[in-house]
Amino acid sequence: MTGKGRLLLLLGAVLVLGSVAAFAVHHAVERAGGRGRPQPPAAADGRVWLAAPAGAGRRMIFRNTAGGPHRDELASVPTDRPEAQRATSKLTCLRFSAAGGTGICLQSAPGPLRASYRAVVVDERLNERRSYPLPGVPSRARVSPSGRLVAWTVFVSGDSYGATAFSTRTSILDTRTWKLQDNLEEYDLKVDGSWYRSLDVNVWGVTFADDGHFYATVSTRGQTYLAKGDIAAHSLTTVHSNVECPSLSPDGTRIAYKKRVPGLPADSPWRLYVLDLRTMRETATAEHRTVDDQAVWATDTTLVYALPGKSGTDLWTVPAQGSGTPQRLASAASTPAFIG
Amino acid sequence: MYLADSRSTPPSPTPAVLGRRSAVPGTVLALGTVSLVTDVSSEMVTAVMPLYLVVGLGLSPLGFGFLDGIYNGVGALVRLLGGYLGDRGGNRHKAVAAAGYGLSALCKPLLLLAHTGPLIGAVLAVDRTGKGLRTAPRDAMISLATEPAQRGRAFGVHRAMDTTGALLGPLAAFAVLRLAVDGYDAVFAVSGCIAALGVLILLLFVPGHRRTVPGAPRPSGSARGRRATWQLLRLRGLRRLTVCAALLGLTTISDSFLYLLIQRRLGLPAHLLPLLPLGTAAAFLVLAVPLGMAADRIGRRRLFAMGHLLLLVGYGLLLVPLSDGWTGVLPVLVLQGAFYAATDGVLAAAAADTLPPAQRGAGLALVGTGQALARFTGSLAFGAFWSAWGTGIALAAATGGLAVCTAAAMVVLRLTDSQVTTERAS
Repeated sequence: MTGKGRLLLLLGAVLVLGSVAAFAVHHAVERAGGRGRPQPPAAADGRVWLAAPAGAGRRMIFRNTAGGPHRDELASVPTDRPEAQRATSKLTCLRFSAAGGTGICLQSAPGPLRASYRAVVVDERLNERRSYPLPGVPSRARVSPSGRLVAWTVFVSGDSYGATAFSTRTSILDTRTWKLQDNLEEYDLKVDGSWYRSLDVNVWGVTFADDGHFYATVSTRGQTYLAKGDIAAHSLTTVHSNVECPSLSPDGTRIAYKKRVPGLPADSPWRLYVLDLRTMRETATAEHRTVDDQAVWATDTTLVYALPGKSGTDLWTVPAQGSGTPQRLASAASTPAFIG
Repeated sequence: MYLADSRSTPPSPTPAVLGRRSAVPGTVLALGTVSLVTDVSSEMVTAVMPLYLVVGLGLSPLGFGFLDGIYNGVGALVRLLGGYLGDRGGNRHKAVAAAGYGLSALCKPLLLLAHTGPLIGAVLAVDRTGKGLRTAPRDAMISLATEPAQRGRAFGVHRAMDTTGALLGPLAAFAVLRLAVDGYDAVFAVSGCIAALGVLILLLFVPGHRRTVPGAPRPSGSARGRRATWQLLRLRGLRRLTVCAALLGLTTISDSFLYLLIQRRLGLPAHLLPLLPLGTAAAFLVLAVPLGMAADRIGRRRLFAMGHLLLLVGYGLLLVPLSDGWTGVLPVLVLQGAFYAATDGVLAAAAADTLPPAQRGAGLALVGTGQALARFTGSLAFGAFWSAWGTGIALAAATGGLAVCTAAAMVVLRLTDSQVTTERAS
């Protein structure tokens, strides 16, 4: 082929490939930027507060993942009418949690060279109190029952080609003193009764018992554990194995968690289980699909968790004691918190 | 025949080089463009993958890490295969490289279809296989297209173009994501189009199956000039270079560990960690050509060994930090980038000096694989040291090991040089 022929062929290919690329981007802009065309469930600007006025009843606050102008904003619905029109705030979050009048919102902002992330501590009216830059993609967030402590987990990716090496980084922040414990991997760790140190230790998914104690997942050498954390003693002690993303019940007696059940397909390895902390007995819930979420206790007997849906994720609910059947609570919603 | 080739590659400048520097061969520029374009494509995917997995798909990507070891092993073997296949039939480097680039390009649209962790892991593994396949034939083509006296510069130009692509990729990816929230599919589609363009540039503008070295011996397809890949280690020059590259690789701290060390020992806030690779890449980009030219002047093996001295200084600055924060961090990053500029392309150029043209691909693959496996073993050992004794001892051990290996390499490689000189003189 002549030089001219090659150049013409290249030019043609650039035009064709460029058109395909432009079409793909345009399509994605239309879909996301469908900010003009709201998709159901209905949502409208409203008041989202982390403290319900007296007599207002319980509310669920969550990230609205429905396309449209209110996408990713925090929204609020009455717990007894979850399909009611959503009242939305102006605060956008990837992950959210709230308790005791304190909220923690993990946000992303695409920068020129990479996405940047931050953790924002908000007050009862969702006003920012303080924010902290995050070293990776937000994964989990929790607030202690009193509202004093907040915790978050992010994924930090390796720099290897293909970016398949991930580790977690979990931090706990005291919102009274603003003292930040940046990395729980620095806690002293006791595995199966003896002190343990290894570079491959990962800690994620904090759930608070009170302002001094918490539970979290610890993993090392391919094994996950439920560990009990003591903030004053700076220590983590494993109490059970094969537990991920623990969530402590409001009465502090049970842990809902993801269990990696042997024999399941590699693309759906987890089931939602509940562990009784007094008897250490495990109970499978009636949810038979794989759950990759840190469940939330709506009441002392009901769990809420996210499953992939048409627009982002849907929230589902199932009884904690193993009976009943899963019910869809809300579509296009994730990371709920229950207030009041 | 290979003796003739290695003798024709002086470590010191020939009069022709001193008098007038010829242009970088078109093949090298074409291959550099292919690498630039392909790196834009692959780094687009790499940059958004964590966000896509966690936020886009809601997956917990922790399980991915343990496959890394397997991928590394497979990648190393595939690299040997790519080098071997490229040599077959005289010179099929272009065909094998095209297969490698093509395989990776095909993976981008597949990412649009894979929505579960294991499937995405499989697609990324195939992508990496393509990368393993194309590396040795590409470097063989660069070395075959270039006058022996200017190989250092040619590899420097190629590596600089390659790194430029790696820096542009994330820019492109986040530009798309800024336009379209959650537009991961658009990122993959654009990445696929760019990858296809790279393959097309390779097919159209890189000459194949044709001797491009003026006056170089004809490729030998005969059994006499050929030998099994591992038998290449009987070539003294290649054997010494491979042993040195492996020894030095064992004591080189991997990028991710080095960045963690920088962050912890120099008190850098964790959220700035993702910026560190940019510093290294920028230094590599700027220094690749000048150091490649320096290698042509003072000897590639010598510069390869001396590059590790730069790294040694960098480790020293971590062991005994002179200052905290960015003023402490930047010198380490510049030294690490300079280390890559002095060793990455330079090693390929040095290895090419020792190899007959007919087995350039297999030989380059052998050195590269030896180095990659040694680095992987080294990072396992470093991780174990870190776990057992903490960062200080692990860093001190790596620094000590690197000092010893660099000294040994300088002795071994200088010896080779002087013998080459003696041979030529006799």
